[in-house]
Amino acid sequence: MSNYVQVETTINDEPITFLCEPRQSLLEVLRETLKLTGSKEGCNNGNCGACSVLLDGRLVNSCLVLAVEVAGKSVTTIEGLAHGDHLHPLQKTFLEHAALQCGICTPGFLVAAKALLDHNPHPSEHEIRYWLSGNLCRCTGYDKIVRAVQAAAQEMEAVAR
Amino acid sequence: MIIEEKPRQQETPAKPAYKVIGTRPVRPDGVEKVIGRAKYGADIDLPGMLYGKVLRSPVAHAYIRSIDTSAAEKLPGVKAVVTSADLPRLSSNEYIDMGEGGGQLQDLHDNILASRKVLYKGHAIASVAATNPHIAEEALSLIKLDLEELPPVLDPLEAMREDAPLLDDQRYTESLAGRSSKPSNIARHAQHAIGDIEAGFAQADVIVEREYRTSMVHQGYIEPQNGTALWDADDHITVWTSTQGAFSVRAELSKLLLVPLAQIRVIPMEIGGGFGGKIAVYLEPVAALLSRKAGRPVKMTMTRAEVLEATGPTSGTYIKLKMGAKKDGRLIAAQAYMVYESGAYPSSPLGAGMSCMLGPYDIPNVLIDGYDVVVNKPRTAAYRAPGAPAAAFAAESLVDELAGKVGLDPLTFRRINASKLGTRLANGNVLPRVGNYECITAAMESEHWNAPLSAPWRGRGVASGVWYNWGGLSSLTASVNADGSVTLTEGSTDIGGSRATAAMQLAEALGIPYESIHPFVADTDNIGYNDVTGGSRTTFATGWAVYEAAQQIKRQLIERAARLWECSETDVDYTNGVLTCKTNPDLRLSFKEMAEKAHSTGGTIVGCGNPSPKQFGPAFATHIVDVEVDPETGKVQILRYTAIQDVGTAIHPSYVEGQIQGGVAQGVGWALNEVYDYDEQGRLRNASLLDYRQPTTLDLPMIDTILVEVPNPTHPYGVRGVGEVPIVPPLAAVANAIAHATGQRFLKLPLNPDAVLRGLGKIK
Repeated sequence: MSNYVQVETTINDEPITFLCEPRQSLLEVLRETLKLTGSKEGCNNGNCGACSVLLDGRLVNSCLVLAVEVAGKSVTTIEGLAHGDHLHPLQKTFLEHAALQCGICTPGFLVAAKALLDHNPHPSEHEIRYWLSGNLCRCTGYDKIVRAVQAAAQEMEAVAR
Repeated sequence: MIIEEKPRQQETPAKPAYKVIGTRPVRPDGVEKVIGRAKYGADIDLPGMLYGKVLRSPVAHAYIRSIDTSAAEKLPGVKAVVTSADLPRLSSNEYIDMGEGGGQLQDLHDNILASRKVLYKGHAIASVAATNPHIAEEALSLIKLDLEELPPVLDPLEAMREDAPLLDDQRYTESLAGRSSKPSNIARHAQHAIGDIEAGFAQADVIVEREYRTSMVHQGYIEPQNGTALWDADDHITVWTSTQGAFSVRAELSKLLLVPLAQIRVIPMEIGGGFGGKIAVYLEPVAALLSRKAGRPVKMTMTRAEVLEATGPTSGTYIKLKMGAKKDGRLIAAQAYMVYESGAYPSSPLGAGMSCMLGPYDIPNVLIDGYDVVVNKPRTAAYRAPGAPAAAFAAESLVDELAGKVGLDPLTFRRINASKLGTRLANGNVLPRVGNYECITAAMESEHWNAPLSAPWRGRGVASGVWYNWGGLSSLTASVNADGSVTLTEGSTDIGGSRATAAMQLAEALGIPYESIHPFVADTDNIGYNDVTGGSRTTFATGWAVYEAAQQIKRQLIERAARLWECSETDVDYTNGVLTCKTNPDLRLSFKEMAEKAHSTGGTIVGCGNPSPKQFGPAFATHIVDVEVDPETGKVQILRYTAIQDVGTAIHPSYVEGQIQGGVAQGVGWALNEVYDYDEQGRLRNASLLDYRQPTTLDLPMIDTILVEVPNPTHPYGVRGVGEVPIVPPLAAVANAIAHATGQRFLKLPLNPDAVLRGLGKIK
């Protein structure tokens, strides 16, 4: 076991310690070791965005981050978006706007969209499309995804007032 | 002056006053998908689970001289290694129907693990199971392959030549004339004919002939193929997989592994997209063989490069098409020579391409010759409206030119020639009631078509398309619970909202709230046989099964009420979820109240549906697109898109729109960027999602939809399939728009910046 490294980190606001090999990606450890399978593997080379997570609030592809890199940092995955049975506004609007069909890209889109709204609460359609262009969806043609993000932004603004 | 006749018998009946159908509820499987809890195939985790990886051919065409796995087997952590020698030898070579398409069993066998030859780069040769995926990968590098390389044949027209290298010296051309005398790469020659082609062209005032080409393209689902298997010592096999058809996987495994159907349990996990590509098995039999050897469950997932190099793309095509019209705009003759590349084994959707190509038109004289040709590329698989988009690219591009030559706008030209109820097609079929005319009319009346578009390098294109849809077999049960809720157990894997549409049709039929129905997808041990989710059949046929199950439930409710009320069953009425006694208005029970009494009035109330619909509802569509071409870079931007489609009855309009928008996006990708870019040795140069370049959010505008509802008269709720036809028109619609923007006709896809600049003469 000498080639295993102990990593102390925070995932979805919980302190967690795990063992991993230096060659393992954050995505592999999330899915196979920690059983957080909400982050999906579509390409394993940063092309599709299905494994999007937040690392200290910054949007990253977890397949391109080594697990050892998250030591001392804070990771937010799709499993951290809702609080109990209280869905994040994006999760609600994705459901209401039928913004998912097969749903495999949905966790990545939700995490990416959360990162967008966290730092730009009033994005234009173009800003939404630009921000989400690293997330591939093959089912929806993106129309309903973009509308769901617009609706969530409006809803969050209404709540904030 | 053109005098258009409105087709007779084309009146659309008034839409019934539905209560649930046509609403937009949240899907039953939605919450678990937005919180990341839904379990897809790769999410499975079992005690003692091993990880399998596949060794694939580094070359496109070779004899396998030997495979030495001894070093790999000795690597610590490796628990099993298999090659084709571990697959049972087949006793017969039958045709296996997998749902949308099929193939020879021996071909499927050789595609799973190559035996004598490798036929494409990426062809599976051997597989390893180890305690983690990294060890399995290391073990692959220890397997010694001795290959005798052969020249590959990659272009279908070259593969058809008599002196071309043969992929299989035992493959002969099948045709109506029988079997060819010499082996050939041409697996099949088919012909559709109607009328007299020579007499037809003799009457034509305008004739145009063109040659069109399209590339292989991939379904592009975001979830790679996966399969996990556990082969128990008593030869019972359990498989967890993402598939469009659990029963199809079971049948394929049974025939490949020679294990009876009842000993194989296939558990369909949530599926991350398929579009036809997740019907044929790749990993499941290999995982099963590894599990048998290792005595432990084995999970396998593909990398994206494996998905692109070794799972089914759809055919690249060559289509030479000639069409003739009279000067009043009426189409009089069409002749086509169509070549579909199958990849390594016969599997192309040639027949559907031949049938769909001219389906939107009533043409009295047609002759189509089609050829299914094997080349050193992956075995093709179904892809959304298999075969139709490339065929429509040819037909709809040419129709656009013909319309211009006879001086008609392209929609008027299409409407004059529109196929309709009673039109006999070249494949011999006669169309039932369809909405082709209505779609073209809706396009003509649309705001988009009538909006001005005037800037240099901008153009508007239209195209139509058809997909005939399918019925297939669905089987399900609906169990009434004691609190008035209903558990709906179905066997159609849900690829994009069909649990919602099944539950909605059940709610409509029973007159109860949608929310009181809990639909779920069972595995092959828990429900009767269901065909694959494909052919746009699920909301149609599973909806039909739901309707049948509801009728059984209604009969039982009426029977119970009659017993309770001591009246005749004919005196009991069930409407909108309420039982009433026609002879005594005081007697009244809601569905919920009767459900509460079920156990004490004769037992559980369960309804089943097992229909086998023979008549389907063909779906037609007409699309309008505006593009802008950048003459400096060759980039084409989609400015506006409107898809008009006859959807029969939109059960859940949001998911109907979603199917249309998704189909359009794939079609736009096919038109503009997506390509299988092989080098001369048959190595795929763009085997990643970055380089394969399917559309992103920035490549598309909002996609407007106009839902035309011409109910399918054979379905209880008028449902037609909606999922496939939206990918048929976009290729030609975009190409026609580019033609109008540039004044230049492009006959080969994709129209990426390179192709556009070449076409404009800006680069050579």
